[in-house]
Amino acid sequence: AFLHPPPGVTQRELWFMRKLSPSKDMSLKHHKGNPQKLLEMNGHTAVPHSYDYDLIVIGGGSGGLAAAKEAAKYEKKVMVLDFVTPTPLGNSWGLGGTCVNVGCIPKKLMHQAALLGQALQDSRKFGWQFPEEVKHNWMTMTESVQNYIGSLNWGYRVALREKKVTYENAYGEFVQPHTVKATNKRGVEKLYTAERFLIATGERPRYLGIPGDKEYCISSDDLFSLPYCPGKTLVVGASYVALECAGFLAGLGLDVTVMVRSILLRGFDQDMANKIGEYMEEHGIKFIREFVPIKVEQIEEGTPGRLKVTAKSTKGNEVIGGEYNTVLLAIGRDACTRKIGLDKVGVKINEKTGKIPVNDMEQTNVPYIYAIGDILQDRLELTPVAIQAGRLLVQRLYGGATTKCDYVNVPTTVFTPLEYGACGYSEENAIQKFGEENIEVYHSHFWPLEWTVPSRDNNKCYAKIICNIRDNERVIGFHVLGPNAGEVTQGFAAAIKCGLTKEQLDSTIGIHPVCAEVFTTLSVTKRSG
Amino acid sequence: TRHLHFSKFIGKPEYDLLVIGGGSGGLACAKEAAQFGRKVAVLDYVEPSPPGTKWGLGGTCVNVGCIPKKLMHQAALLGSALKDAQHYGWNIAHPVHHNWSEMAQAVQNYVKSLNWGHRIQLQDKKVKYFNVKGSFSDPHTIRGLTKGGKETILTAEKIVIATGGRPKYPIHVAGALEYGITSDDLFWLKESPGKTLVVGASYISLECAGFLTGIGLDTTVMMRSIPLRGFDQQMASLVTEYMESYGTKFLKKCIPTKVEKLESNRLQVTWKNTDSGTEETDSFDTVMWAVGRAPDTKALNLETVGVKTNSETGKIIVDAREATSVPHIYAVGDITEGRPELTPTAIAAGKLLAQRLFGQSSELMDYDNVPTTVFTPLEYGCVGLSEEKAVQCYGSDNIEVYHAYYKPLEFTVAERDATQCYMKMVCLREREQRILGLHFIGPNAGEVIQGFALGIKCGATYPQLMKTIGIHPTCAEEITKLHITKRSGLDATVTGC
Repeated sequence: AFLHPPPGVTQRELWFMRKLSPSKDMSLKHHKGNPQKLLEMNGHTAVPHSYDYDLIVIGGGSGGLAAAKEAAKYEKKVMVLDFVTPTPLGNSWGLGGTCVNVGCIPKKLMHQAALLGQALQDSRKFGWQFPEEVKHNWMTMTESVQNYIGSLNWGYRVALREKKVTYENAYGEFVQPHTVKATNKRGVEKLYTAERFLIATGERPRYLGIPGDKEYCISSDDLFSLPYCPGKTLVVGASYVALECAGFLAGLGLDVTVMVRSILLRGFDQDMANKIGEYMEEHGIKFIREFVPIKVEQIEEGTPGRLKVTAKSTKGNEVIGGEYNTVLLAIGRDACTRKIGLDKVGVKINEKTGKIPVNDMEQTNVPYIYAIGDILQDRLELTPVAIQAGRLLVQRLYGGATTKCDYVNVPTTVFTPLEYGACGYSEENAIQKFGEENIEVYHSHFWPLEWTVPSRDNNKCYAKIICNIRDNERVIGFHVLGPNAGEVTQGFAAAIKCGLTKEQLDSTIGIHPVCAEVFTTLSVTKRSG
Repeated sequence: TRHLHFSKFIGKPEYDLLVIGGGSGGLACAKEAAQFGRKVAVLDYVEPSPPGTKWGLGGTCVNVGCIPKKLMHQAALLGSALKDAQHYGWNIAHPVHHNWSEMAQAVQNYVKSLNWGHRIQLQDKKVKYFNVKGSFSDPHTIRGLTKGGKETILTAEKIVIATGGRPKYPIHVAGALEYGITSDDLFWLKESPGKTLVVGASYISLECAGFLTGIGLDTTVMMRSIPLRGFDQQMASLVTEYMESYGTKFLKKCIPTKVEKLESNRLQVTWKNTDSGTEETDSFDTVMWAVGRAPDTKALNLETVGVKTNSETGKIIVDAREATSVPHIYAVGDITEGRPELTPTAIAAGKLLAQRLFGQSSELMDYDNVPTTVFTPLEYGCVGLSEEKAVQCYGSDNIEVYHAYYKPLEFTVAERDATQCYMKMVCLREREQRILGLHFIGPNAGEVIQGFALGIKCGATYPQLMKTIGIHPTCAEEITKLHITKRSGLDATVTGC
């Protein structure tokens, strides 16, 4: 079926192509597609070439799916390859990627479960009466959450089918220029060719590389579908994943300890990060600081079993031990780029991080191969960013559009027990970039009205904005700690996009009584003390 | 005696500023003026409601408005949270009951702490506070009367009127005043109001009916015509539709005719159904009027000094500087004609006024694009123009409405119906597609709308909003993803991430 096999194809691969290519009649699209650039580059005469697909997307997560669906709108022939390599404990999931299966969605739902635990306590103060003892059932929650995720997985498959995007539940890796091999669960291999490729394979949790980590520890890839309550848990790491998971586990009533090597929430405003840590500590979460695990041993099997964790100080030789039912590793994530044959097609990665550098058009060093999402070097690891980047890329490729993805002033929210919303510069980055004398920081504590009656957590919620004095006090950083921080932050992010200044902030009328209104009345500067 | 008192201070009034009314606007103005080192006094007096409810310093918002209503709304939301919690794995043993007295006590205690806080703040800022009812005896002199009838005469260079409004009772409904209560009483009830009829379709009516339903009371709203007059009517319908599914009963196109007390102490209400023309009746434990609010100017003796009011509404006519027809007399807040009746606008207007009067500022209050939120069971937040107003101003050919029905993530596991979770953005159609109005129905609507209100203040356009990246997973992110126009007729239901 192949009219022009790419150069260097082995006999075996050619056989594969002929045998397994789903495109039975390639001559129909004989003149479709551009002359292959690679051939030109190699000094060959350009020949009309045809591929199985216009675009093959490797990775069916937020970014990949958005791009695939968008491309289908332009009547392109699109394929999505998605395959979830099981976790060391054997856990895997359906179509949709990290966000839907083991990220934003289950974590926010479990965070909500924890918030409801707080709501139960508050509700008594608001006149609700019910029997004293309320227990949380892990399985009820997990099953509800997993059922919802299952419906999303299914929804994605239906959406792909409706849009006539071909979906294969197979592991994609480059074997040749313009060619990927797709290996399914049963080991059946197929080869597909495409004019363009989009890599959107995302990341997976990192392991410690210590005795017992892969055997006995779990990661966020396992937690949300854990078939038993994790019990007393040690969370290793201080990333937002670590703190969010520790937060909701504690909120469900579990005994939770967080082991931190150095600082909390690296990359985020540290003033805010420390306030989050303080709040978590006050709410019963233990922190072991400046220690790293060196060994995990099983004391007893079970659901959950018992594990012994040995940890070593980062400052000296002190070694401590602790017993937990579950050890959750949340020490970082690694890009899934080392086992997808990038070397075969010459796509460069950062050897240290595994991340892929791209230009501002999401193009790799190999012109016909693009990349989006968490695997990009120096880009944000956020679902909406991946979606936006994917859509815009496709609109540029097939729709004649020129809009590039704008990675500046992207808002985000950390769903810790006290939520943290941010947009723009952290205080330390603003100081570094503009100089301390050129920025003004306005801040205020606030007490959500809803917390007054249960009289809890006074002076914990906090609002802060960072303004550039030299630019008309333009708002360059927005930070909020409090309930519904995501809902609060979103609109302000839009305003920052519109060039918000402090003066405009002051002249905006608040909505009473909500938390967000605090930003319209900020008057105290940090400088004033 | 008036002459004697006045002559004593002639040439130099005792105060630089006298504020009549210690509500949000008045207190903000007084405190701000004091910051400039001026001698300031506030007069505040709460005339008891017909059933006899009264309260402390702070005005409507603190005592019988925003604060208690949002707290009771929160009590109702927590009722929903108790139901949700079971889906999220919390095993709550039944029965679950709500105890009004406990809630009311907690809310009232908090309100009292705010009353106290306001007094302390005045003291700290050296603003003199008089718990007296003030009325003009001449353009620079206020005669204050205490509860006990003791008279105080105060003179001031400048005077700000900020006496706010009070709920109206219907006229021509027998028994209305005798047996009915208003929002001035509801929040201070010690015992549960029981089965309640709320008359009116204002936001106050719907909010109160909403939380009463939410805490488990049998609640009925009687409305003469449309809900939430002045608000976007598509949104208003969704708000009431949700309330109906939530359990609030509605008697539409009905006008009450009389209220009688039965031997059982229950109240029998008779009304006319204007649709069918029939007369209907039912009995309730409580009848609450929420048929509008009237400015509190009666006692002020405005005629004496020549402060002009609108003869129809009774509100004080002010210019852009909040000045009345009498040069040194000003007015802010709910008492002023044509201004939004909102705490934050009164506060901002009061502060800016003080800054202009004493701080060499010339900044005027901008009453455009004031955001607001209605705390009905499903909250409704908005800023800018309603769709009908935009059509009226620009013509339907010149506006584009982007809209979406969405499902809050938290509703999925809780198996809550999200039929009415909806948002729309009204934009100009030409060139830049400047945003004229934004409307959002869903949880935390106030938190969602606040930032966008700011964006709209900065002149946000539709393309700018589309360039804003969403925060996942939130409800607010759906606003940055709006892409279906009403004109297209396409399905506006959001699916998936």
